[in-house]
Amino acid sequence: MKAHLLYPAADFDFTAELPADHADLIQDLELGTLLTAMAGGDKFRRDVSTRVLLTSVADEAVIRYRQQILADCIANPDVIRQMYDIAVGALRDKRGVWGFFSSRNPSTILSGAVNQLDVLVARLRQLRRLADEHAGSVRSAGLTALFSSLQRDLDDEYFETIAGHLRQLRFRDGVPISAQLDRDNSGIKYVLRSGSTRRGWKERVGIEPRSVYSFTLHPRDEAGAQALADLTARGINLVANAAARSADHVTSYFTMLQAELGFYVSCLSLHDELTARGVPVTFPVPGGNPPADNPPAGNPPAGPELTCADLRDTSLALRIDRVVGNDADADGRPLVVITGASSGGKSTFLRSVGVAQLMLQAGMFVTARAFRSGLCRQVFTHFIREEDASMVSGRLDEELTRMSRIADHLGPDCMMLFNESFAATNEQEGSEIGRQVVRALLQAGIRVCFVTHQFDFADSFRRERPDHTLFLRAPRQPDGQRTFRLEVAEPLPTSFGQDIYDRIGGWLGEGEQAPTG
Amino acid sequence: MTAERTDPGVLAPQPAFTSLLSAEPDGALPGVDTADQEFVSDLNLDQVIAAVAGDREQRELISRVLHRRVRDTGTLRYRHEIFRDLANPDLLAAVDVFGGRMRDVRVHVRELAKMRSAQQQQGWFLDAAAIYCDAVGALAASLTTLPIASRGLLAFRDYLTSYAESAAFARLAADTAACKKELGQVSYLVRIRGPRVEVSRYDGEPDYSAEIEETFARFAQGEANDYRVPYRVWPGMTGVGAQIVELVARLFPAEFGALALFCRNHAGFVDAVVDRFDRELQFYLAYLGYIRPLQAAGLRFCYPELAAGGKDIFAEDTFDIALAAKLTAAHSAIVTNEFHLAGPERVIVVSGPNQGGKTTFARTFGQLHHLVAVGCPVPGSAARLFLCDQILTHFEREEDIANQTGKLEDDLLRIQRTLLAATPASIVIMNEIFASTTLSDARFLGGKVLAKVVADDVLCVYVTFVDELAAYGPSVVSMASTVVPDNPAERTYKVVRKPADGLAYALAIAAKHGVTYEQLTRRLNP
Repeated sequence: MKAHLLYPAADFDFTAELPADHADLIQDLELGTLLTAMAGGDKFRRDVSTRVLLTSVADEAVIRYRQQILADCIANPDVIRQMYDIAVGALRDKRGVWGFFSSRNPSTILSGAVNQLDVLVARLRQLRRLADEHAGSVRSAGLTALFSSLQRDLDDEYFETIAGHLRQLRFRDGVPISAQLDRDNSGIKYVLRSGSTRRGWKERVGIEPRSVYSFTLHPRDEAGAQALADLTARGINLVANAAARSADHVTSYFTMLQAELGFYVSCLSLHDELTARGVPVTFPVPGGNPPADNPPAGNPPAGPELTCADLRDTSLALRIDRVVGNDADADGRPLVVITGASSGGKSTFLRSVGVAQLMLQAGMFVTARAFRSGLCRQVFTHFIREEDASMVSGRLDEELTRMSRIADHLGPDCMMLFNESFAATNEQEGSEIGRQVVRALLQAGIRVCFVTHQFDFADSFRRERPDHTLFLRAPRQPDGQRTFRLEVAEPLPTSFGQDIYDRIGGWLGEGEQAPTG
Repeated sequence: MTAERTDPGVLAPQPAFTSLLSAEPDGALPGVDTADQEFVSDLNLDQVIAAVAGDREQRELISRVLHRRVRDTGTLRYRHEIFRDLANPDLLAAVDVFGGRMRDVRVHVRELAKMRSAQQQQGWFLDAAAIYCDAVGALAASLTTLPIASRGLLAFRDYLTSYAESAAFARLAADTAACKKELGQVSYLVRIRGPRVEVSRYDGEPDYSAEIEETFARFAQGEANDYRVPYRVWPGMTGVGAQIVELVARLFPAEFGALALFCRNHAGFVDAVVDRFDRELQFYLAYLGYIRPLQAAGLRFCYPELAAGGKDIFAEDTFDIALAAKLTAAHSAIVTNEFHLAGPERVIVVSGPNQGGKTTFARTFGQLHHLVAVGCPVPGSAARLFLCDQILTHFEREEDIANQTGKLEDDLLRIQRTLLAATPASIVIMNEIFASTTLSDARFLGGKVLAKVVADDVLCVYVTFVDELAAYGPSVVSMASTVVPDNPAERTYKVVRKPADGLAYALAIAAKHGVTYEQLTRRLNP
C-alpha cells in the first residue's frame, strides 16, 4: 500500500542524498526561516520539508499533481491534519510498546511484535474510518486515490484475518515444530507449523492415527527446561521474524504516510502564517525552458521563461512586515544582471527568485501575485560570504574553489545565482574571471542571475548580448532613500557607494569641512 | 568406537609410496634443523615460516620442514617435481579439497569420544565416513585424469587407485550412502506444551511464518529488517535433544537400525597411507597458499638451478618474500631486483641512499639461499643458487646504542665468531655493521672484514655507507640503491650494479631546491 502524495506513481525517497550544495543553498537563500515556519517546531516536519523543497522536480505533471493535492489540503485542512495525527499517533503508540529489536530471544521478539501489531492495527482502523467519512470531500487525483485504497485494502474481512492471527500467535495450544536430522542426528530446520495435530486426525478419517511418543520434564530439571525453551525459541524463530517484520511493514507504512502527509501539513502551517501576515500567495506556473540560442518556430520567446509580479522573498516576508515586491519580465533572457545601489534590495530580489524557483519545483505556492518560470534541473548559488571578510588574501582562492566544486555538479538546464562573486580581487581581474565563468555557463545552457557592483563586468554583457540579458538596477532616490524596488535599467558606470560616503560624512568625517576655493 | 585400522574387511595394497617430503626409502625427514639460528630472524624468515604454517592443523610439521636445510639435490628435486605438478590449478584444487575433507574426518573422530547419546555418536561416525569416502573418491578420480610427472605423486596415485578400487572401500562407500539417504528423509514434529514434549512423524502441516508475513506484506514500503536470531552454532545434543532423538529412533526403527549396523561394520575406516599423504601434502599447500597472492600481484617464482659446487650465482626479478607479503596485503607495489656473480666475484658491497632498499636486498639474497635449501620455489623469474652449508648473518642491533665502546667491542667479538665459523661453503650477510662508528673506523674495519671473506672465498653481501669499500678488487661487486632523478625524496628501491657514488644523491637534492650552481646563477641573473 502506498500514499503516492508526492509523485503520481512513486514514493518520495526521503533517504536520498540532498543535492551536493544543499548547505550553501540553505545558507545563501536563507531558507532557515521558511523551513522553521513549515516545521511548526517539529524536527521531523522540518526534515521532510527540507528534503522536498531541495529535491527539485522538473516534471510539470508532478508539479501540477502536488499543487492540486495542496489545494485540496488548503480546502480541507482538518482532514489532512487528522490523518497526519493518526500516523504520528501510530508511531508514538508503537514506541510506547516494549520493543524487540535487540533481543536475542525469539520468544521476546514474538511477544513484542504481537503487542506492537495490536496497537498499530487499532490505528489502521482509525485510518479506514477517516477514509469512509471524507472520501467524498476531496478532489485531487492524489487524495482520491489514497482514500479509495484505504477503503479497498483495509476492508472488514482483512481486519478479521488479522485478529485471528494475533490470537493464534499467543500459542495457547502448544507450539508445534517440525524438525529434521542434522549430521549428528540432533534436530535442525525447526519450522513452526500452523494448525493442531488433533484437528488433523479428525480430518483424516479412516487413516491410522499416527504414533505419538512423549516425555515430561522433571519439575526440577532446570537444564532440561532451558533446553526446551531454547528449542521453542528456535522453532518460533521464523514466525517471530515474520511477526516482527510485519510490525515493521505496518510501521513503515505509517512512517511513509507521516512523511508524505508531513510535507502538506507543513505547507498548511506556512500558508496560515503567510495569510495571517497578509502576504500574497499564489500557485506558480511551470514555464518553458528552451535553450536561448535555438529559438523554436513561432512567436514564443526563445530561451527560458521568467516573469513575476509582486514577487517577495518568502523568508524576509516571514520576518518583517511590508516587504516590497518586484515585477520582472526576463522571458527569453537566460542572463539577468542586477546592479545598483548598495542595500537597495538586489540580494533580496536574487533570493526571492531562488526561493520561488525552489517552491515552484517542490509543488508549493509562492509569495507573489504571479510567478512563471521555466523548470530547471537544479538551483545553485554562489554568494559572497560575509564571514570570509577577514581573511582577504585567501578569499579569491576560496571563491574559486567553491566555484570549481559547483562546476562539478553543474549542467545544462540548471539555474545559477551569483551574489557579488569574484569581487575578492580588483575589478579588472574579478570582471575577467566573472566574464569567463558566465560565458561558459551560458554556453552550456545554464540560466544565470548575477548581482554585481562591478561595472566592467556588467557592461560587457550589455555590449555583447543585449537581447539575451535583462538588466535590473536598484535605483537611488533623489533624497537618497531606497525603495527596494528594482527597475529595468542598464548598469551605471558610477558606484552608488557615494551616497553612503556622503551619509557617513566622507573621509573627513562629519565635523570637518572641505577647504573651499 | 574408533577410526583406527582395525577393520578386518579392508586389505590395503602394499604401498610403494612412502613420503611426499623425502625420496629416501624409509621416508625419514632429511636435513639440518636451523630453528635456533640467528639468520632466521635477521632475514625475517621467522615471519615467513610462521605465516606459511599459520594455524594449519599440520603447522608443526610445516614449520619443521621449512627450518630443515637440505644440501642433497635428490631430495630438493623430489620436492621441486611435486611443486611443479601442483602448479596445475586443477590438481591443486583437487588436493586442497581433499586436505580439507581429511581434516574434517580427523576432527569428527576426535569428537566422538565426547558424545553421550548413542544416536548422536552413530550419526557423527556415519558423517565422518561420508566425508572420507568423498575425499578418497574425488581425489582418486582427479589423480587418474590429471597430468602428473613427479615421482612422489605418481607413487601415491598407484597406491590410491588400487585402494579406491578395492571391494572393502566400495562397500564402505555404498553403506555410507544408503544410511545417509534414509536418515535425510526423516522428518518429525515436536509439540511442546509446558514441560510435556510430544514427538510424532511430520505430516505436511504448513509453515506458519509464511502465512503471517503474507498477511502484512501489503504495508511493506521496502526491505524489512531480518529479526531471525542468528543461531550459528546448533545446540548439538542436549539432554532434551537426546530424549527427543531416542523417540525419533522409535518412530523410525528401520533407519536407525541400519545406522547401528553400519557403525559395527565399519569401525576404523581411515587408511594409514592416505592419512600420511594428507599430512605431508599440507607442506606444499601451505607454501603455495603463501605465495599465491604474491603471484597474483605479478611477482614471479622459479625453481632455481642448484649450484652445489661453483659459485656463479644469479637471480632475476627477485624480492624480499616477507616484505612482499606485507606490501601485497596492503596493495602496495613491490620493486624487484637482480644480482649476478660470475668468475672471481664473491662479495656484493651495497651502498647508496638510506631507506633505498639496501637491507631488503641483503635479506633477499639470504632468503633465496634458505628457500632453495628447503626445496621450495624461490622469488624470481630465474635463479641459480648455491647450496651452502650455513647462512651467517650480522645485522646492526638498534636497541643498545648507549655504550658505544662496549657495543663496538661486542660487535667485533660477534663478527669474529661469525668469520671464524664461516667456511668456503658458507654465506655471510653483514648489514650496516659499523654504522655507529667513525668513518675511519668503518673504513678500516670494513676493509678487514672484506679481506677476510675474500681470502676465505666466502659468498658475502656487505651493506655499508663507506663508498670506497665497493672498489676493493675483482672479488667485489659494487651495487647501490637509487633515487628518482627528478625527485630525490622518492626512492626507487632498485639496487643496481654500479660504482658507488654518494654525490649523485646530494646533487639531486640540491636541484630540487633550486640551489645548484647553474640554478643559482640563472636566478641571480634573470
